Amino acid sequence: MTVAVNTEETGKRIEEAIPGSVVSSDKGSLTVDSKTLAQVSEFLKNTPGLEFDYLTVLTAVDYLGYFEVIYRLVSLRNNQSLILKTRAYGRENPTVSSVTGTWRAAYYQEREVFDLLGIKFEGHPDLRRLLLWEGFNGHPLRRDYL
Amino acid sequence: MEIIRPEVSTPHEADLAEGKLINSFMETFTSQCPDPDKWLDEDIRRNVLLTTVDAAVAWARQRSIFPLIFGTACCAFEMIAASGPRFDLSRFGMDIIRFSPRQADVMLITGTITWKMATAARMIYDQMPEPKWVIAVGACAISGGTFRESYSVVPGVNHIMPVDVYVPGCPPRPEAMIHGINRLHAKIVKGTIDNPNLALK
Amino acid sequence: MTIKTEQFYLNVGPQHPSTHGVFRLRLSLDGEVVTDVEPIIGYLHRGIEKLAESRTYTQIIPLTDRLDYLASMTDNVAYCLAVEKLAGIKIPERAEYIRVIFSELMRISSHMMAVGFYLNDCGAFFTPVLYMWREREKIIDLFDMVCGQRLLYNYMRIGGVSQDIPDEFLPAMKKFVAEMPRYIGEYNQLIKQNEIFLARSKGVGILPKETAVNIGASGPVLRASGVKWDIRKMDPYSIYDRFDFEVPTGDAGDCYDRYWVRIQEMMQSLRILEQAISQMPAKGPVCADVPQFFRPPPGETYGYIEAPKGNLGFYIVSDGSIAPYRLHIYPPTLINITALKDMMIGWKVADLIIIFGSMDVVLGEIDR
Repeated sequence: MTVAVNTEETGKRIEEAIPGSVVSSDKGSLTVDSKTLAQVSEFLKNTPGLEFDYLTVLTAVDYLGYFEVIYRLVSLRNNQSLILKTRAYGRENPTVSSVTGTWRAAYYQEREVFDLLGIKFEGHPDLRRLLLWEGFNGHPLRRDYL
Repeated sequence: MEIIRPEVSTPHEADLAEGKLINSFMETFTSQCPDPDKWLDEDIRRNVLLTTVDAAVAWARQRSIFPLIFGTACCAFEMIAASGPRFDLSRFGMDIIRFSPRQADVMLITGTITWKMATAARMIYDQMPEPKWVIAVGACAISGGTFRESYSVVPGVNHIMPVDVYVPGCPPRPEAMIHGINRLHAKIVKGTIDNPNLALK
Repeated sequence: MTIKTEQFYLNVGPQHPSTHGVFRLRLSLDGEVVTDVEPIIGYLHRGIEKLAESRTYTQIIPLTDRLDYLASMTDNVAYCLAVEKLAGIKIPERAEYIRVIFSELMRISSHMMAVGFYLNDCGAFFTPVLYMWREREKIIDLFDMVCGQRLLYNYMRIGGVSQDIPDEFLPAMKKFVAEMPRYIGEYNQLIKQNEIFLARSKGVGILPKETAVNIGASGPVLRASGVKWDIRKMDPYSIYDRFDFEVPTGDAGDCYDRYWVRIQEMMQSLRILEQAISQMPAKGPVCADVPQFFRPPPGETYGYIEAPKGNLGFYIVSDGSIAPYRLHIYPPTLINITALKDMMIGWKVADLIIIFGSMDVVLGEIDR
């Protein structure tokens, strides 16, 4: 069985390695500050015992005060899973750093989140619209579209 | 209508030009084209001398239609099943289902048409030589289907081109598609040499 | 006389016989050899995620049918599993067995289509497709007997299935399971040793193991590269832990391995079907009692299954009302084509079509 890893312990390990990154680690998921996301992702991939080398879902939700970007990571060797979240504030220009350097699975999913929700990913090699065409007005999956 | 192809030199410029074209389509094609259904009137005047020749040519036309399948989504697989061994389409002479518009007579629109794909659909319709007919297969091609309220779906392919036969269903059974093709045969039989489409009157 | 060569762009456009749907590839070519590949998608984007925010949970089930329209039973199962996980609903025994039976039948049908159209791309125009279609029509007749539809079934409900199977279903299925191995043996005999097929598939489009894990591939594409990861074994959902079956893997990760993994998975599905028929309870309810305007408790969940194309998942956020707040669909085939650039560069245009055919994509799932 793929077991969900204990988020509080993992949160403590990440906080020791990269101070100031973990925002909360309860309710079955780990919330991280968006500026330290690249370092946390490197730590999660390379540390023995964690070894999260397989990124599955990358998606985002529009709660009207903030956007929440959700990552689901799986470790194939240890058969464990972890849900990582981060928040982006502001309606005009929400920005989060990209994890495409660590897991290439994020390449198309980050482009899709940019296309449908308008969240920019810093460090993405080619951030363009994926499903809609250039010149489409707006970001359809936002709660205040139409 | 004339589609102006701009001069582009990089892929990014090509994308921008495509986007402008799609936006212009969304603004132009807002209402439905009228259906070419004058053939349902009983008294179409024919010239007595040409009647036998007309009938012979129309008979030949209906027995050997070359279809062009514009298959986007699920209905395309029911059309392929209709041309399979169980529901055989080659008994109607429509064995050669190819994807090229240049030698096609009828265009089978099977599946949802989105605004991004509408430019390609219109271009292929323009590339077909006269006489040409269009069959809209499936609920999505007739009116947008389940996805009608979506922001990126064309609400019926008759916004972009005139449609001769509508085949409802989601997806329609292969028997229903064959019935639609037979209705198209009935329409072709009533055409004349100089006005095969009966769409101009 | 000097000869000059130049790089040029070729558009393998959205309307093309070999692209398995409305898929567009922008190639940079140097003569006949490919130097760069860029997939362009979105020609079938229908906005299912946005439409789902204004429909009740049961009304979304027909929308999920239209995702991977060649395997719509498993789409329904994945969505219902996610909603049942969110609300904590328990499904009756007989419904679980019926779901497993239809999922495995769907897997056989989808793999047959994949293999048939892959051979179509290799050059054997339409004869393998018609052979595969012969068996697929038998499976479609079984589905027609149960729910009246040939392609988009809308059969699963939240809490079970919508109606019980009729009496003539089980004898017809036993007959199908008994005679299917002979047909698969027939295809192997016709295809496996064919020189042209081997020359076109062996060594073409290799996806190494580390790349496959890094890009997040799943399904037969991941297993052909040597990673033994099948959700039915590693993280069993429903009642898959009661069945005894193996997970085939390949070693080289080329097109031939992807084809061979699919053929072997069909044989393993037949094993699961035999065990399921013998273990199924004879009578019982087929759906839990779920109200029409179903309100799950607020929260979020991710439910996923091993669909024929890979790891299909639904991420649902609920705020306690009759429609979900956010529904996200995780498409396995979109993630699998992230590797197209690695696999296609350096090959000729004719090999591109084979590599793309072996990935087995369905555009309804990529574009949603």
